[in-house]
Amino acid sequence: MTYVLTSEEKPLSGFGTFRAKVTALDPRMRIVMTAVYAVVVVSLSNLWVLAAALGLSMWLLAFSGLPSRKTLKRMAMMDSFIIFMLLMLPFTIPGAPIFSVWGLEASWEGLWRAAEIALTANAVILAVMTLVGSMEPVTMGHALFALRTPERLVHLMMFTIRYIDVLREEYQRLRTSMKLRGFRPGTNWHTYRSYGYLVGMMLVRAIERSERILAAMKCRGFSGRIILLEDFRFRRADLLFVLALSSALAALVWAEAVYAAS
Amino acid sequence: MHIVDGALSNPVVIGGAVAAVGGIAMGLRSLPLERIPAAGVLSASFFVASLIHVPIGPSSVHLILNGLAGLMLGWAAFPALFVGLLLQAVFFGFGGLTVLGVNAVNIALPAVLVGLIFRPLVARGSPLQGAIWGGIGGGVAVAATTLAVAVSLMLSGDEFVLAAKLVFFSHIPVMVIEALLSGAAIFLARRVKPELFVDTKGSLA
Repeated sequence: MTYVLTSEEKPLSGFGTFRAKVTALDPRMRIVMTAVYAVVVVSLSNLWVLAAALGLSMWLLAFSGLPSRKTLKRMAMMDSFIIFMLLMLPFTIPGAPIFSVWGLEASWEGLWRAAEIALTANAVILAVMTLVGSMEPVTMGHALFALRTPERLVHLMMFTIRYIDVLREEYQRLRTSMKLRGFRPGTNWHTYRSYGYLVGMMLVRAIERSERILAAMKCRGFSGRIILLEDFRFRRADLLFVLALSSALAALVWAEAVYAAS
Repeated sequence: MHIVDGALSNPVVIGGAVAAVGGIAMGLRSLPLERIPAAGVLSASFFVASLIHVPIGPSSVHLILNGLAGLMLGWAAFPALFVGLLLQAVFFGFGGLTVLGVNAVNIALPAVLVGLIFRPLVARGSPLQGAIWGGIGGGVAVAATTLAVAVSLMLSGDEFVLAAKLVFFSHIPVMVIEALLSGAAIFLARRVKPELFVDTKGSLA
């Protein structure tokens, strides 16, 4: 996840700053539909149907009006993590051989399985990023609360969202001062100890910060209730979106059933 | 360490989700409103810390630090780490949605267990003794997480056995680094803020 810390953008601003088309839709509906979408796509197994699902995710991306290059780059980042596991599958699943390397036989069955996982993972994560990741993080918290997520879990999430940027800046200040003192990371005890102290210092400061936050919240009479700033409304456009996406999903399930029968 | 959607079998995914809901419920029970700011800020710190890349030879690894999270948060580490994983999946595209439960259990359960076992040891004795126990806890947490990832892969099918073994063995250097780092972090915390681990009852500072 290096790029998150090296790039200039703030980690959790996400895509929230873009006035994407999809932001006009009801956030609650987007969360529910994303969950439905994920469950349906994970249950599919035919490669053609999964390819169609990835196509559907691409369509969601185009429809949402998010910057597609940036989003696809993030998706590719995930692929770079799972590529080794996928590359191993053709060699570990027995079946009809394609070719052999150093006496190891790659099988078609393994290749199909790897393709199946890759298509599923990409289709789901792309839909998650376009439908939910396009929200303002705080809006996501409120929408989850409106969907009956436990209040304290939502509070915990909102605090995390709020302080990730703050603590990241603190981390960078500490790193800058280490750099100014001539710290250069390498593979040695000094580096690991220094990073350990860095983490320890961040935690100590975080605790002290949280004490000040609690005092400030008490001073303002915080009682633990979440006050929703916006009221969510399920409009006609939302209904249309739900109908369109549901029928697309139904078509996928139907295609899967047809392929399974044939 | 993240498993993606589509790789695991349905029983593993469902089992993970059920266990995660239980863990989150346990965590929230030990989290009164008074403690939410501390838990939230710590959750954010662990999120940021997990973005730190530490050099190892020609390559680098990113930290997990779930052992430290367990030591500082106890059961509350479960919802705190879950929130981190949720945000990573939604805003960065790491991991997946249906596997969120499995990923949460793999990372948060070792954290909670290490917290329960090692916290009394970390709080006792000199800062150095505490740091050594903290280091062991940090290493054990990552080892347990890797093992849990390997087991969830193996339960899903024999074809993952090789991948599971590779995941475990390739993470041995990470365990060592996490142990060293956690130890140093505990050492500093014990020196700078001795009262951090002292309080008798609370699972948080």
